[in-house]
Amino acid sequence: MKSKFEIENLTKYYGNTQVLDNISLSVGEHEVVCLIGASGSGKSTVLRCASDLVPFEQGCIRLNGQSIHDENFPQGEIHKQIGIVFQSYNLFPHIKVIDNITLAPRRVHKRTKRESEEHARELLSLFELSDYADSYPEQLSGGQQQRVAIIRAMANKPDILLLDEITAALDPELIGGVLSVIKNLRKQGMTMLVVTHEMGFARDLADRVCYLHQGKIVEEATPEKLFVHPEHPRTQQFLQSIIESGRLQRP
Amino acid sequence: MNKKRPARTAGRKLTFKDRYLPVILSAVTVTVVFLLLQRAVVRAEQWPRIKAQFFSIAAIAEVFPSVLKGFGINMLVWITALAAIAVWALTLAVFRSLSGPWFAPLRVFAIVYIDFFRGLPSLLLVLLFGFGIPALRLSGLPKSSLFWGALAIIASYAAYAAEVYRSGIDAVHEDQRIAAKALGLNQWQVLHYAILPQAIRNVVPSLLNLAVALQKDVALLSVLGVRDAVREAQIYTARTFNYSSLIAAALLFLAATIPMARFADYVTQKDRKRRLRIAP
Ligand SMILES: Nc1ncnc2c1ncn2[C@@H]1O[C@H](COP(=O)(O)OP(=O)(O)OP(=O)(O)O)[C@@H](O)[C@H]1O
Ligand SMILES: [Mg+2]
Repeated sequence: MKSKFEIENLTKYYGNTQVLDNISLSVGEHEVVCLIGASGSGKSTVLRCASDLVPFEQGCIRLNGQSIHDENFPQGEIHKQIGIVFQSYNLFPHIKVIDNITLAPRRVHKRTKRESEEHARELLSLFELSDYADSYPEQLSGGQQQRVAIIRAMANKPDILLLDEITAALDPELIGGVLSVIKNLRKQGMTMLVVTHEMGFARDLADRVCYLHQGKIVEEATPEKLFVHPEHPRTQQFLQSIIESGRLQRP
Repeated sequence: MNKKRPARTAGRKLTFKDRYLPVILSAVTVTVVFLLLQRAVVRAEQWPRIKAQFFSIAAIAEVFPSVLKGFGINMLVWITALAAIAVWALTLAVFRSLSGPWFAPLRVFAIVYIDFFRGLPSLLLVLLFGFGIPALRLSGLPKSSLFWGALAIIASYAAYAAEVYRSGIDAVHEDQRIAAKALGLNQWQVLHYAILPQAIRNVVPSLLNLAVALQKDVALLSVLGVRDAVREAQIYTARTFNYSSLIAAALLFLAATIPMARFADYVTQKDRKRRLRIAP
Protein backbone atom coordinates (compact mmCIF):
# COMPACT_ATOMS: atom_id res chain seq x y z
CA MET A 1 0.00 0.00 0.00
CA LYS A 2 1.21 3.50 -0.79
CA SER A 3 1.96 5.23 2.44
CA LYS A 4 0.19 8.49 2.94
CA PHE A 5 1.62 9.53 6.25
CA GLU A 6 4.95 8.55 7.72
CA ILE A 7 6.71 9.16 10.99
CA GLU A 8 10.38 8.39 10.61
CA ASN A 9 12.92 7.97 13.42
CA LEU A 10 11.13 10.42 15.67
CA THR A 11 13.02 11.27 18.86
CA LYS A 12 11.76 13.78 21.39
CA TYR A 13 13.04 15.09 24.69
CA TYR A 14 11.24 17.10 27.32
CA GLY A 15 14.14 18.81 29.06
CA ASN A 16 16.61 16.02 29.72
CA THR A 17 14.06 13.21 29.67
CA GLN A 18 13.75 11.27 26.49
CA VAL A 19 10.05 10.78 25.83
CA LEU A 20 10.15 9.26 22.33
CA ASP A 21 12.90 6.98 21.13
CA ASN A 22 13.33 6.58 17.41
CA ILE A 23 9.69 6.00 16.52
CA SER A 24 8.80 5.01 12.99
CA LEU A 25 5.35 4.21 11.73
CA SER A 26 3.40 4.72 8.57
CA VAL A 27 -0.26 5.01 7.70
CA GLY A 28 -1.47 4.07 4.23
CA GLU A 29 -4.21 5.82 2.31
CA HIS A 30 -7.64 4.96 3.82
CA GLU A 31 -5.88 3.04 6.54
CA VAL A 32 -6.59 3.24 10.27
CA VAL A 33 -3.68 2.68 12.63
CA CYS A 34 -4.22 2.48 16.37
CA LEU A 35 -1.59 3.39 18.91
CA ILE A 36 -1.97 1.77 22.31
CA GLY A 37 0.18 1.83 25.42
CA ALA A 38 0.25 2.57 29.12
CA SER A 39 -0.28 6.03 30.50
CA GLY A 40 2.88 8.09 30.09
CA SER A 41 4.29 5.90 27.32
CA GLY A 42 4.29 8.89 24.95
CA LYS A 43 1.18 8.36 22.80
CA SER A 44 -0.01 11.97 22.99
CA THR A 45 3.50 13.19 22.36
CA VAL A 46 3.67 11.16 19.13
CA LEU A 47 0.49 12.85 17.88
CA ARG A 48 1.63 16.31 18.95
CA CYS A 49 4.92 15.92 17.14
CA ALA A 50 3.17 14.41 14.13
CA SER A 51 0.87 17.42 13.87
CA ASP A 52 3.67 19.93 14.35
CA LEU A 53 2.34 21.25 17.64
CA VAL A 54 5.55 20.63 19.57
CA PRO A 55 9.12 20.68 18.28
CA PHE A 56 11.21 17.51 18.31
CA GLU A 57 14.92 16.76 18.25
CA GLN A 58 15.18 14.23 15.48
CA GLY A 59 13.14 12.59 12.81
CA CYS A 60 10.86 13.46 9.97
CA ILE A 61 7.13 13.65 9.38
CA ARG A 62 6.08 12.99 5.79
CA LEU A 63 2.71 13.61 4.24
CA ASN A 64 2.13 12.26 0.73
CA GLY A 65 5.84 11.62 0.54
CA GLN A 66 6.91 15.16 1.38
CA SER A 67 8.45 16.24 4.68
CA ILE A 68 6.21 18.77 6.44
CA HIS A 69 9.33 20.74 7.30
CA ASP A 70 10.48 20.79 3.71
CA GLU A 71 10.69 24.34 2.42
CA ASN A 72 8.57 23.32 -0.56
CA PHE A 73 5.78 22.10 1.68
CA PRO A 74 3.03 24.68 1.22
CA GLN A 75 3.28 27.11 4.15
CA GLY A 76 0.34 27.04 6.50
CA GLU A 77 -0.96 23.82 4.94
CA ILE A 78 0.37 21.50 7.64
CA HIS A 79 -2.53 22.04 10.00
CA LYS A 80 -5.04 22.07 7.19
CA GLN A 81 -3.95 18.64 6.00
CA ILE A 82 -3.30 17.07 9.39
CA GLY A 83 -6.35 17.33 11.65
CA ILE A 84 -6.19 16.49 15.34
CA VAL A 85 -8.86 15.98 18.00
CA PHE A 86 -8.03 15.98 21.70
CA GLN A 87 -9.27 14.14 24.75
CA SER A 88 -10.63 17.31 26.32
CA TYR A 89 -12.45 18.55 23.16
CA ASN A 90 -10.95 22.07 23.57
CA LEU A 91 -13.84 23.84 21.87
CA PHE A 92 -13.70 27.62 22.18
CA PRO A 93 -16.24 28.39 24.92
CA HIS A 94 -16.86 32.01 23.91
CA ILE A 95 -18.20 31.33 20.42
CA LYS A 96 -21.09 29.27 19.09
CA VAL A 97 -20.77 25.75 17.77
CA ILE A 98 -21.08 26.91 14.18
CA ASP A 99 -18.40 29.57 14.69
CA ASN A 100 -16.10 26.99 16.27
CA ILE A 101 -16.42 24.96 13.10
CA THR A 102 -16.06 27.81 10.60
CA LEU A 103 -13.21 29.63 12.39
CA ALA A 104 -10.36 27.95 10.54
CA PRO A 105 -12.08 27.71 7.13
CA ARG A 106 -12.86 31.41 7.26
CA ARG A 107 -9.82 32.91 8.93
CA VAL A 108 -7.11 30.53 7.77
CA HIS A 109 -8.39 29.26 4.44
CA LYS A 110 -10.21 32.47 3.55
CA ARG A 111 -13.46 30.86 2.52
CA THR A 112 -16.54 33.02 2.55
CA LYS A 113 -18.79 32.99 5.58
CA ARG A 114 -21.63 31.54 3.53
CA GLU A 115 -19.61 28.77 1.97
CA SER A 116 -18.03 27.67 5.25
CA GLU A 117 -21.32 27.80 7.13
CA GLU A 118 -23.00 25.70 4.50
CA HIS A 119 -20.29 23.10 4.79
CA ALA A 120 -20.47 23.25 8.59
CA ARG A 121 -24.24 22.71 8.56
CA GLU A 122 -23.84 19.75 6.22
CA LEU A 123 -21.37 18.18 8.62
CA LEU A 124 -23.57 18.99 11.62
CA SER A 125 -26.56 17.27 10.07
CA LEU A 126 -24.41 14.32 9.08
CA PHE A 127 -23.42 13.97 12.73
CA GLU A 128 -26.99 14.58 13.92
CA LEU A 129 -26.15 17.86 15.62
CA SER A 130 -28.14 20.26 13.42
CA ASP A 131 -30.11 21.59 16.38
CA TYR A 132 -26.98 22.79 18.14
CA ALA A 133 -25.44 25.03 15.49
CA ASP A 134 -26.27 28.18 17.44
CA SER A 135 -25.63 26.81 20.93
CA TYR A 136 -22.56 27.53 22.98
CA PRO A 137 -20.29 24.56 23.76
CA GLU A 138 -21.18 24.62 27.47
CA GLN A 139 -24.81 23.87 26.54
CA LEU A 140 -23.82 20.53 24.99
CA SER A 141 -23.08 17.18 26.63
CA GLY A 142 -19.51 15.92 26.61
CA GLY A 143 -20.28 13.48 23.81
CA GLN A 144 -21.86 16.21 21.70
CA GLN A 145 -18.92 18.52 22.34
CA GLN A 146 -16.50 15.84 21.24
CA ARG A 147 -18.49 15.27 18.04
CA VAL A 148 -18.36 19.01 17.37
CA ALA A 149 -14.60 18.88 17.90
CA ILE A 150 -14.38 16.11 15.30
CA ILE A 151 -16.48 18.16 12.89
CA ARG A 152 -14.25 21.17 13.55
CA ALA A 153 -11.22 19.13 12.52
CA MET A 154 -13.07 17.71 9.50
CA ALA A 155 -14.13 21.15 8.31
CA ASN A 156 -10.54 21.73 7.17
CA LYS A 157 -10.92 18.66 4.90
CA PRO A 158 -7.71 17.12 6.25
CA ASP A 159 -5.79 14.33 4.52
CA ILE A 160 -5.33 12.53 7.81
CA LEU A 161 -7.06 12.75 11.16
CA LEU A 162 -5.19 12.17 14.42
CA LEU A 163 -7.37 11.26 17.40
CA ASP A 164 -5.99 11.40 20.94
CA GLU A 165 -8.10 9.35 23.35
CA ILE A 166 -11.21 11.15 22.28
CA THR A 167 -13.51 9.07 24.48
CA ALA A 168 -11.40 9.05 27.64
CA ALA A 169 -13.17 12.02 29.24
CA LEU A 170 -16.69 10.81 28.45
CA ASP A 171 -19.31 9.07 30.59
CA PRO A 172 -19.69 5.45 29.48
CA GLU A 173 -23.13 6.01 27.95
CA LEU A 174 -21.76 8.75 25.67
CA ILE A 175 -18.79 6.81 24.31
CA GLY A 176 -20.82 4.75 21.82
CA GLY A 177 -22.06 7.79 19.92
CA VAL A 178 -18.56 9.17 19.40
CA LEU A 179 -17.10 5.80 18.41
CA SER A 180 -19.81 5.23 15.82
CA VAL A 181 -18.91 8.59 14.27
CA ILE A 182 -15.34 7.34 13.87
CA LYS A 183 -16.55 4.07 12.36
CA ASN A 184 -18.52 6.13 9.88
CA LEU A 185 -15.48 8.20 8.97
CA ARG A 186 -13.59 5.00 8.41
CA LYS A 187 -16.27 3.76 6.03
CA GLN A 188 -15.92 6.99 4.07
CA GLY A 189 -12.23 6.20 3.69
CA MET A 190 -10.75 8.70 6.16
CA THR A 191 -7.10 8.00 6.93
CA MET A 192 -6.63 7.97 10.69
CA LEU A 193 -4.02 7.54 13.39
CA VAL A 194 -5.88 6.79 16.60
CA VAL A 195 -4.65 6.72 20.19
CA THR A 196 -7.16 4.88 22.30
CA HIS A 197 -7.76 3.15 25.61
CA GLU A 198 -10.74 1.32 24.15
CA MET A 199 -9.13 -1.98 23.23
CA GLY A 200 -12.33 -3.43 21.81
CA PHE A 201 -12.61 -0.40 19.55
CA ALA A 202 -8.99 -0.73 18.41
CA ARG A 203 -9.60 -4.41 17.65
CA ASP A 204 -12.69 -3.69 15.54
CA LEU A 205 -11.44 -0.57 13.83
CA ALA A 206 -7.73 -0.84 13.19
CA ASP A 207 -5.93 -2.19 10.18
CA ARG A 208 -2.82 -2.23 12.28
CA VAL A 209 -2.05 -1.70 15.95
CA CYS A 210 1.18 -0.36 17.41
CA TYR A 211 2.07 -0.95 21.01
CA LEU A 212 4.12 1.84 22.54
CA HIS A 213 6.21 1.24 25.63
CA GLN A 214 8.34 3.92 27.27
CA GLY A 215 8.68 5.89 24.08
CA LYS A 216 9.41 2.91 21.81
CA ILE A 217 7.18 0.97 19.48
CA VAL A 218 7.85 -2.55 20.67
CA GLU A 219 5.28 -4.35 18.57
CA GLU A 220 3.29 -3.63 15.45
CA ALA A 221 0.79 -6.07 13.96
CA THR A 222 -2.73 -6.60 12.74
CA PRO A 223 -5.27 -6.47 15.55
CA GLU A 224 -6.05 -10.16 15.08
CA LYS A 225 -2.43 -10.97 15.71
CA LEU A 226 -1.57 -8.39 18.36
CA PHE A 227 -4.59 -8.93 20.56
CA VAL A 228 -4.61 -12.73 20.24
CA HIS A 229 -0.95 -13.70 19.93
CA PRO A 230 1.17 -10.80 21.12
CA GLU A 231 4.84 -11.61 20.65
CA HIS A 232 6.67 -9.20 22.88
CA PRO A 233 6.56 -9.93 26.63
CA ARG A 234 5.77 -6.24 27.30
CA THR A 235 2.74 -6.39 25.04
CA GLN A 236 1.59 -9.60 26.71
CA GLN A 237 1.94 -7.97 30.12
CA PHE A 238 0.04 -4.86 29.03
CA LEU A 239 -2.83 -6.82 27.47
CA GLN A 240 -2.97 -9.05 30.53
CA SER A 241 -3.42 -6.04 32.79
CA ILE A 242 -6.09 -4.65 30.46
CA ILE A 243 -7.99 -7.94 30.48
CA GLU A 244 -7.77 -8.11 34.27
CA SER A 245 -9.17 -4.61 34.61
CA GLY A 246 -12.10 -5.77 32.48
CA ARG A 247 -11.49 -3.43 29.58
CA LEU A 248 -10.95 -6.20 27.03
CA GLN A 249 -12.57 -9.60 26.75
CA ARG A 250 -10.24 -12.54 26.71
CA PRO A 251 -9.90 -13.64 23.10
CA MET B 1 -27.49 12.08 40.29
CA ASN B 2 -28.70 14.92 42.46
CA LYS B 3 -32.26 16.05 42.11
CA LYS B 4 -33.21 19.59 41.28
CA ARG B 5 -33.76 21.61 44.37
CA PRO B 6 -37.40 22.67 44.67
CA ALA B 7 -38.02 26.36 44.23
CA ARG B 8 -37.75 28.15 47.56
CA THR B 9 -41.26 29.48 47.83
CA ALA B 10 -42.96 26.26 46.77
CA GLY B 11 -45.47 25.11 49.37
CA ARG B 12 -44.41 27.67 51.97
CA LYS B 13 -45.45 31.25 52.21
CA LEU B 14 -43.09 33.69 53.83
CA THR B 15 -44.73 35.18 56.90
CA PHE B 16 -44.73 38.88 57.64
CA LYS B 17 -42.11 38.26 60.31
CA ASP B 18 -39.73 36.46 57.93
CA ARG B 19 -40.10 38.94 55.20
CA TYR B 20 -40.06 42.38 56.76
CA LEU B 21 -38.63 42.12 60.26
CA PRO B 22 -34.95 41.98 59.20
CA VAL B 23 -35.38 44.97 56.87
CA ILE B 24 -37.19 47.02 59.50
CA LEU B 25 -34.60 46.13 62.14
CA SER B 26 -31.68 47.23 60.01
CA ALA B 27 -33.43 50.41 58.90
CA VAL B 28 -34.18 51.34 62.51
CA THR B 29 -30.62 50.60 63.63
CA VAL B 30 -29.05 52.66 60.89
CA THR B 31 -31.41 55.59 61.51
CA VAL B 32 -30.78 55.55 65.26
CA VAL B 33 -27.01 55.47 64.85
CA PHE B 34 -27.07 58.31 62.39
CA LEU B 35 -29.42 60.41 64.49
CA LEU B 36 -27.16 59.94 67.51
CA LEU B 37 -24.10 60.86 65.50
CA GLN B 38 -25.80 63.88 64.05
CA ARG B 39 -26.94 65.02 67.47
CA ALA B 40 -23.44 64.59 68.85
CA VAL B 41 -21.99 66.70 66.07
CA VAL B 42 -24.70 69.32 65.96
CA ARG B 43 -24.88 69.64 69.75
CA ALA B 44 -21.14 70.26 69.96
CA GLU B 45 -20.26 73.85 70.74
CA GLN B 46 -18.12 73.91 67.63
CA TRP B 47 -21.01 73.01 65.32
CA PRO B 48 -22.01 76.45 64.09
CA ARG B 49 -18.40 77.12 63.16
CA ILE B 50 -18.03 73.69 61.47
CA LYS B 51 -21.25 74.23 59.63
CA ALA B 52 -20.23 77.61 58.31
CA GLN B 53 -16.78 76.38 57.32
CA PHE B 54 -17.72 73.11 55.61
CA PHE B 55 -21.42 72.92 55.00
CA SER B 56 -22.45 76.41 54.12
CA ILE B 57 -25.34 76.05 51.71
CA ALA B 58 -24.76 79.53 50.41
CA ALA B 59 -21.08 78.88 49.71
CA ILE B 60 -21.83 75.57 48.02
CA ALA B 61 -24.46 77.20 45.85
CA GLU B 62 -22.06 80.00 44.94
CA VAL B 63 -19.15 77.75 44.00
CA PHE B 64 -21.15 74.92 42.48
CA PRO B 65 -21.18 76.13 38.84
CA SER B 66 -17.41 76.48 38.64
CA VAL B 67 -16.74 73.20 40.50
CA LEU B 68 -19.19 71.46 38.18
CA LYS B 69 -17.45 72.93 35.17
CA GLY B 70 -14.13 71.65 36.56
CA PHE B 71 -15.71 68.29 37.14
CA GLY B 72 -16.59 68.20 33.46
CA ILE B 73 -12.84 68.26 32.79
CA ASN B 74 -12.35 65.40 35.23
CA MET B 75 -14.93 63.34 33.39
CA LEU B 76 -13.55 64.21 29.97
CA VAL B 77 -10.01 63.26 30.97
CA TRP B 78 -11.34 60.13 32.64
CA ILE B 79 -13.17 58.86 29.56
CA THR B 80 -10.29 59.68 27.23
CA ALA B 81 -7.72 58.11 29.53
CA LEU B 82 -9.91 55.04 29.98
CA ALA B 83 -10.06 54.41 26.26
CA ALA B 84 -6.34 55.02 25.81
CA ILE B 85 -5.43 52.79 28.76
CA ALA B 86 -7.67 49.95 27.57
CA VAL B 87 -5.93 49.86 24.19
CA TRP B 88 -2.36 50.59 25.28
CA ALA B 89 -2.44 48.14 28.20
CA LEU B 90 -3.79 45.40 25.96
CA THR B 91 -0.99 46.08 23.50
CA LEU B 92 1.57 45.81 26.30
CA ALA B 93 0.04 42.57 27.58
CA VAL B 94 0.09 41.10 24.07
CA PHE B 95 3.74 42.13 23.62
CA ARG B 96 4.51 40.41 26.87
CA SER B 97 2.76 37.20 25.94
CA LEU B 98 4.39 36.76 22.53
CA SER B 99 6.77 33.86 22.23
CA GLY B 100 9.71 33.20 19.97
CA PRO B 101 13.04 34.97 19.47
CA TRP B 102 11.64 37.42 16.90
CA PHE B 103 9.47 39.06 19.48
CA ALA B 104 12.07 39.25 22.25
CA PRO B 105 12.53 43.05 21.84
CA LEU B 106 8.81 43.69 22.25
CA ARG B 107 8.67 41.35 25.22
CA VAL B 108 11.61 43.04 26.92
CA PHE B 109 10.15 46.46 26.19
CA ALA B 110 6.85 45.51 27.82
CA ILE B 111 8.55 44.09 30.90
CA VAL B 112 10.78 47.13 31.39
CA TYR B 113 7.89 49.52 30.76
CA ILE B 114 5.62 47.80 33.26
CA ASP B 115 8.31 47.57 35.95
CA PHE B 116 9.20 51.22 35.47
CA PHE B 117 5.74 52.76 35.51
CA ARG B 118 4.41 50.53 38.25
CA GLY B 119 7.38 51.42 40.41
CA LEU B 120 6.79 55.18 40.41
CA PRO B 121 4.09 57.13 42.26
CA SER B 122 1.49 58.53 39.87
CA LEU B 123 1.85 61.96 41.48
CA LEU B 124 5.56 62.03 40.72
CA LEU B 125 4.90 61.07 37.10
CA VAL B 126 2.24 63.75 36.76
CA LEU B 127 4.64 66.40 38.05
CA LEU B 128 7.49 65.13 35.90
CA PHE B 129 5.46 64.98 32.70
CA GLY B 130 3.20 67.96 33.35
CA PHE B 131 5.86 70.47 34.43
CA GLY B 132 9.01 68.85 33.09
CA ILE B 133 8.19 68.22 29.46
CA PRO B 134 6.59 71.60 28.67
CA ALA B 135 9.62 73.23 30.36
CA LEU B 136 11.88 71.68 27.74
CA ARG B 137 10.12 73.81 25.13
CA LEU B 138 10.57 71.14 22.49
CA SER B 139 9.20 72.39 19.23
CA GLY B 140 6.43 70.40 17.67
CA LEU B 141 5.24 68.92 20.93
CA PRO B 142 2.12 70.09 22.73
CA LYS B 143 2.84 72.49 25.58
CA SER B 144 -0.31 72.01 27.61
CA SER B 145 0.26 70.54 31.06
CA LEU B 146 -3.21 69.02 30.86
CA PHE B 147 -2.05 66.93 27.89
CA TRP B 148 1.19 65.80 29.51
CA GLY B 149 -0.39 65.22 32.90
CA ALA B 150 -3.09 63.08 31.36
CA LEU B 151 -0.41 61.19 29.44
CA ALA B 152 1.42 60.51 32.72
CA ILE B 153 -1.75 59.07 34.24
CA ILE B 154 -2.34 56.94 31.15
CA ALA B 155 1.25 55.69 31.17
CA SER B 156 1.04 54.80 34.83
CA TYR B 157 -2.38 53.14 34.81
CA ALA B 158 -1.60 51.22 31.62
CA ALA B 159 1.18 49.41 33.49
CA TYR B 160 -1.33 48.14 36.06
CA ALA B 161 -3.98 47.35 33.48
CA ALA B 162 -1.42 45.43 31.39
CA GLU B 163 -0.75 43.18 34.36
CA VAL B 164 -4.49 42.66 34.79
CA TYR B 165 -4.83 41.69 31.14
CA ARG B 166 -1.86 39.39 31.46
CA SER B 167 -3.41 37.54 34.38
CA GLY B 168 -6.48 37.09 32.18
CA ILE B 169 -4.38 35.74 29.32
CA ASP B 170 -2.57 33.35 31.67
CA ALA B 171 -5.90 32.13 33.01
CA VAL B 172 -6.96 30.83 29.61
CA HIS B 173 -6.06 27.16 29.51
CA GLU B 174 -3.00 26.19 27.47
CA ASP B 175 -5.15 23.60 25.64
CA GLN B 176 -7.08 26.43 23.99
CA ARG B 177 -3.89 27.75 22.47
CA ILE B 178 -2.90 24.30 21.23
CA ALA B 179 -6.36 23.64 19.78
CA ALA B 180 -6.28 26.94 17.89
CA LYS B 181 -2.79 26.27 16.61
CA ALA B 182 -3.85 22.78 15.53
CA LEU B 183 -6.53 24.35 13.35
CA GLY B 184 -3.85 26.30 11.52
CA LEU B 185 -4.24 29.72 13.14
CA ASN B 186 -1.01 31.71 13.33
CA GLN B 187 0.21 33.34 16.53
CA TRP B 188 -1.77 36.55 16.00
CA GLN B 189 -4.93 34.72 15.01
CA VAL B 190 -4.63 32.44 18.03
CA LEU B 191 -4.55 35.53 20.24
CA HIS B 192 -7.22 37.40 18.33
CA TYR B 193 -9.83 34.68 17.94
CA ALA B 194 -9.17 32.23 20.76
CA ILE B 195 -7.25 33.72 23.66
CA LEU B 196 -7.98 37.44 23.98
CA PRO B 197 -11.79 37.29 23.92
CA GLN B 198 -11.68 34.83 26.80
CA ALA B 199 -8.92 36.72 28.60
CA ILE B 200 -10.76 40.04 28.39
CA ARG B 201 -13.97 38.50 29.63
CA ASN B 202 -12.00 37.12 32.58
CA VAL B 203 -10.70 40.52 33.63
CA VAL B 204 -13.60 42.90 32.99
CA PRO B 205 -14.43 43.08 36.73
CA SER B 206 -10.85 43.92 37.69
CA LEU B 207 -10.61 46.51 34.92
CA LEU B 208 -13.81 48.17 36.11
CA ASN B 209 -12.35 48.49 39.59
CA LEU B 210 -9.28 50.09 38.08
CA ALA B 211 -11.60 52.49 36.24
CA VAL B 212 -13.15 53.54 39.56
CA ALA B 213 -9.71 54.28 40.99
CA LEU B 214 -8.81 56.22 37.85
CA GLN B 215 -11.90 58.37 38.22
CA LYS B 216 -10.47 59.74 41.45
CA ASP B 217 -6.85 59.91 40.39
CA VAL B 218 -7.65 62.26 37.52
CA ALA B 219 -7.76 64.90 40.29
CA LEU B 220 -3.95 64.60 40.48
CA LEU B 221 -3.93 66.94 37.48
CA SER B 222 -4.98 69.77 39.80
CA VAL B 223 -1.36 69.99 41.03
CA LEU B 224 -0.45 71.17 37.54
CA GLY B 225 -2.92 74.01 37.76
CA VAL B 226 -5.43 72.26 35.53
CA ARG B 227 -8.77 73.76 36.57
CA ASP B 228 -10.56 70.53 37.42
CA ALA B 229 -13.12 70.20 40.22
CA VAL B 230 -10.51 70.01 42.98
CA ARG B 231 -8.57 72.99 41.64
CA GLU B 232 -11.69 75.11 41.33
CA ALA B 233 -12.65 74.20 44.88
CA GLN B 234 -9.18 75.11 46.14
CA ILE B 235 -9.30 78.45 44.37
CA TYR B 236 -12.54 79.26 46.16
CA THR B 237 -11.10 78.13 49.50
CA ALA B 238 -8.01 80.26 49.05
CA ARG B 239 -10.19 83.28 48.37
CA THR B 240 -12.81 82.84 51.08
CA PHE B 241 -11.21 80.54 53.72
CA ASN B 242 -14.35 78.44 53.39
CA TYR B 243 -14.05 74.70 52.78
CA SER B 244 -17.59 74.08 51.59
CA SER B 245 -16.33 74.11 48.01
CA LEU B 246 -14.26 70.99 48.74
CA ILE B 247 -17.42 69.35 50.08
CA ALA B 248 -19.17 70.28 46.85
CA ALA B 249 -16.38 68.63 44.86
CA ALA B 250 -16.50 65.60 47.16
CA LEU B 251 -20.22 65.20 46.52
CA LEU B 252 -19.64 65.27 42.77
CA PHE B 253 -16.94 62.59 42.98
CA LEU B 254 -19.18 60.39 45.09
CA ALA B 255 -22.05 60.85 42.67
CA ALA B 256 -19.81 59.52 39.91
CA THR B 257 -17.82 56.79 41.66
CA ILE B 258 -20.55 55.10 43.70
CA PRO B 259 -22.72 54.09 40.72
CA MET B 260 -19.55 52.99 38.94
CA ALA B 261 -18.51 50.86 41.92
CA ARG B 262 -21.99 49.34 42.15
CA PHE B 263 -21.82 48.54 38.45
CA ALA B 264 -18.42 46.88 38.90
CA ASP B 265 -19.86 44.78 41.74
CA TYR B 266 -22.79 43.77 39.59
CA VAL B 267 -20.55 42.69 36.71
CA THR B 268 -18.28 40.81 39.13
CA GLN B 269 -21.26 38.91 40.50
CA LYS B 270 -22.48 38.03 37.04
CA ASP B 271 -19.03 36.87 36.07
CA ARG B 272 -18.78 34.70 39.19
CA LYS B 273 -22.08 33.03 38.37
CA ARG B 274 -20.96 32.42 34.80
CA ARG B 275 -17.80 30.69 36.03
CA LEU B 276 -19.73 28.54 38.48
CA ARG B 277 -22.00 27.50 35.63
CA ILE B 278 -19.11 26.56 33.34
CA ALA B 279 -16.95 24.83 35.94
CA PRO B 280 -17.36 21.06 35.58
N1 LIG C 1 4.79 19.48 28.37
C1 LIG C 1 5.53 18.49 28.95
N2 LIG C 1 6.63 18.81 29.67
C2 LIG C 1 7.37 17.83 30.25
N3 LIG C 1 7.10 16.52 30.18
C3 LIG C 1 6.01 16.14 29.48
C4 LIG C 1 5.16 17.12 28.85
N4 LIG C 1 4.16 16.45 28.23
C5 LIG C 1 4.36 15.14 28.49
N5 LIG C 1 5.47 14.95 29.24
C6 LIG C 1 6.00 13.66 29.68
O1 LIG C 1 6.19 12.84 28.54
C7 LIG C 1 5.81 11.51 28.81
C8 LIG C 1 4.79 11.05 27.78
O2 LIG C 1 3.60 11.81 27.93
P1 LIG C 1 2.34 11.59 27.01
O3 LIG C 1 1.35 12.61 27.39
O4 LIG C 1 2.77 11.53 25.60
O5 LIG C 1 1.86 10.15 27.47
P2 LIG C 1 0.55 9.36 27.04
O6 LIG C 1 1.00 8.03 26.55
O7 LIG C 1 -0.27 10.18 26.15
O8 LIG C 1 -0.16 9.17 28.44
P3 LIG C 1 -1.73 9.18 28.77
O9 LIG C 1 -2.24 7.82 28.39
O10 LIG C 1 -1.77 9.39 30.25
O11 LIG C 1 -2.35 10.30 28.01
C9 LIG C 1 5.28 11.48 30.22
O12 LIG C 1 6.28 10.96 31.05
C10 LIG C 1 5.02 12.92 30.55
O13 LIG C 1 5.26 13.16 31.90
MG1 LIG D 1 -2.18 11.18 26.31
